[in-house]
Amino acid sequence: MRLLAFLARRIYQSIFVLLGLSVLIFIIARILPGDPARTALGARAPQWVVERLREDMHLNDPVPVQYVYWLRGALGGDFGISLVTRRDVANDIIEFFPASFELVLLAGIISGVAGIGLGTLSARHKDTWVDNVVRILSYMGVVTPAFVFAIILLLIFGLALGWLPAIGRLSDGIPAPPTVTGLMTVDALLAGQLATFWDALKHLIMPAVALALGALSQEARITRATMADNLSKDYIATARSLGIPERIVMGRFLLKPSLIPTVSILGLDFAGSFSNAFLVELIFNWPGLSRYGMNAMLRKDLNAISAVILVLGVIFITVNIVVDLVVGGLDPRIRLRAARSE
Amino acid sequence: MAKQGKVEKLAPPITRQYVRELQRQNRMENLGRGWYKFSRNPLSILGAAMVLLVTLLAIFAPWVAPHPDHAEPFTDFGHAHLPPSLEYPFGTDEIGRDILSRVIFGFRLSLWMGVVVLALVVPVGVLLGLIAGYAQGTRVDTIIMRLTDVFLAVPPLILALAIASVLKPNLTNSMVAVSLMWWPWYTRLVYGLASTLRNEFFVSSAETMGASTAHILFRELLPNMISPIFTKMSLDMGWVIIIGSMLSFVGLGVQEPTPALGTMVAKGARFLPDQWWVSIFPALAIVAVVLGFNLLGDGLRDLFAGEEV
Repeated sequence: MRLLAFLARRIYQSIFVLLGLSVLIFIIARILPGDPARTALGARAPQWVVERLREDMHLNDPVPVQYVYWLRGALGGDFGISLVTRRDVANDIIEFFPASFELVLLAGIISGVAGIGLGTLSARHKDTWVDNVVRILSYMGVVTPAFVFAIILLLIFGLALGWLPAIGRLSDGIPAPPTVTGLMTVDALLAGQLATFWDALKHLIMPAVALALGALSQEARITRATMADNLSKDYIATARSLGIPERIVMGRFLLKPSLIPTVSILGLDFAGSFSNAFLVELIFNWPGLSRYGMNAMLRKDLNAISAVILVLGVIFITVNIVVDLVVGGLDPRIRLRAARSE
Repeated sequence: MAKQGKVEKLAPPITRQYVRELQRQNRMENLGRGWYKFSRNPLSILGAAMVLLVTLLAIFAPWVAPHPDHAEPFTDFGHAHLPPSLEYPFGTDEIGRDILSRVIFGFRLSLWMGVVVLALVVPVGVLLGLIAGYAQGTRVDTIIMRLTDVFLAVPPLILALAIASVLKPNLTNSMVAVSLMWWPWYTRLVYGLASTLRNEFFVSSAETMGASTAHILFRELLPNMISPIFTKMSLDMGWVIIIGSMLSFVGLGVQEPTPALGTMVAKGARFLPDQWWVSIFPALAIVAVVLGFNLLGDGLRDLFAGEEV
């Protein structure tokens, strides 16, 4: 019940944030210079055709009226048609989203597992060479932008060594599996096409690692800091002095409370990966939502830009709510505080 | 007479000048202590040295770059795609320009962008945060902070890319795009600090004495937040430079022939793997600047730790 109330309050707040975001997107798309109808038709289209399209797109109405038209469409899942490709934007998004999701999901898994693993390793061997190596590497990881990682990985593993395919989602001549989830690797497994699965996975690894490295480093740093902090607390010494096996002290007493900040960061990183993916997908020519959004931006395709940002906003806000719920589940103090404030 | 003079030395009259002198001494002592603490950490020193080096390179670029004319429209096809050598330490690009020189001029652009963006963003963000934090619970607070939430609902890169994409791609517009996305982070930081500080005694005593709102905001609250704001600015220099390089990487920033690090990485990527230096050296240059500002920022944070509210 408490959980439901919390959820209801967060969703209620989010609606206002999303409404505000829709206004902001609309302002970016419509008030800033450039005529969308002219952009769509190109410089050589006759003026009367441009006028017709302006009428059709409600561009001659007052701005607030335009906003209402646009919002009404967006709420019904209708983002209009792309000004460049003339395709339905909503369909495009549905088509391109799974590729991004697959990429970001794998990046999230890699960064979570390796980040927590390295952070734990570092904390257990605090102030030894292991710790120092992990700390230096993770510091470099935090300050290096994802597109630099992408270029370096591409150079080393894609081009110089040739171990992994440099671009795309599948090699030529490999049959694509029937679409069930839209995640190429999962679909291939469902269809029993092991060769396709292997090929899709090889395509997926480099972009996923490029996306994961930054997040991974941050998670390793946070995990190490919290764990090192908790390790010196009295309850750990008490547990050890009671003769509780180290495995249990580490796994049950130390790991859980130490994961709280990491989980928060992990969630934010997961949602933030969609934004870093803008460049990474471009570099690896990965046919995902982020590359779609990036191309829309480069071609000033306003309907597609607005739709992509709004979708990413919804994802970001949803992930934030989920993170709050998970952190609440891990941390009894937050649970209690939330209960008291009801 | 002499005796009188001596007494005067023992107990000088508390004049304004004397108080000022005491304050000056106090500040110098604090500065000395701060420097001692800061210099204990070799990484902080390394960060400060890197930032200093990059700043000096950027300022004196026309004099220190081996081929300053290569930052302008320049071609020398006879020396195109040369690998790193003594003459061209970072090699040359596809039209024969010295990459080291262009990287040095690229630093100039990156730092300039960071400085301008922070100069625009910090005053606005801090002011809004101060107002909202001091006016906590009022309608002003609600409006400012909900507006902040909207801007923070999407990662700054995406909105900056979107804004930059509808504007003409150049340096000014990319700085505008990043600035529009960046102020909410300062508003949120200052808001948090201000809403704690406003309950302190020194604020309520100023209120009791009839101090103006401006006095409370700028003379009572703001001086107590300088350290966290300063730390965030140092770290943000790095992030702004990254976002700037991302914008120029996708072609939404500075245009050729002006050397921007992001553009150089993107253009050079076409020549991977054989002419790896065209792309990799500018990429490493970005990492080096950001690393410097982060080490410096972390050093400052450790220095101010415990001072924060």
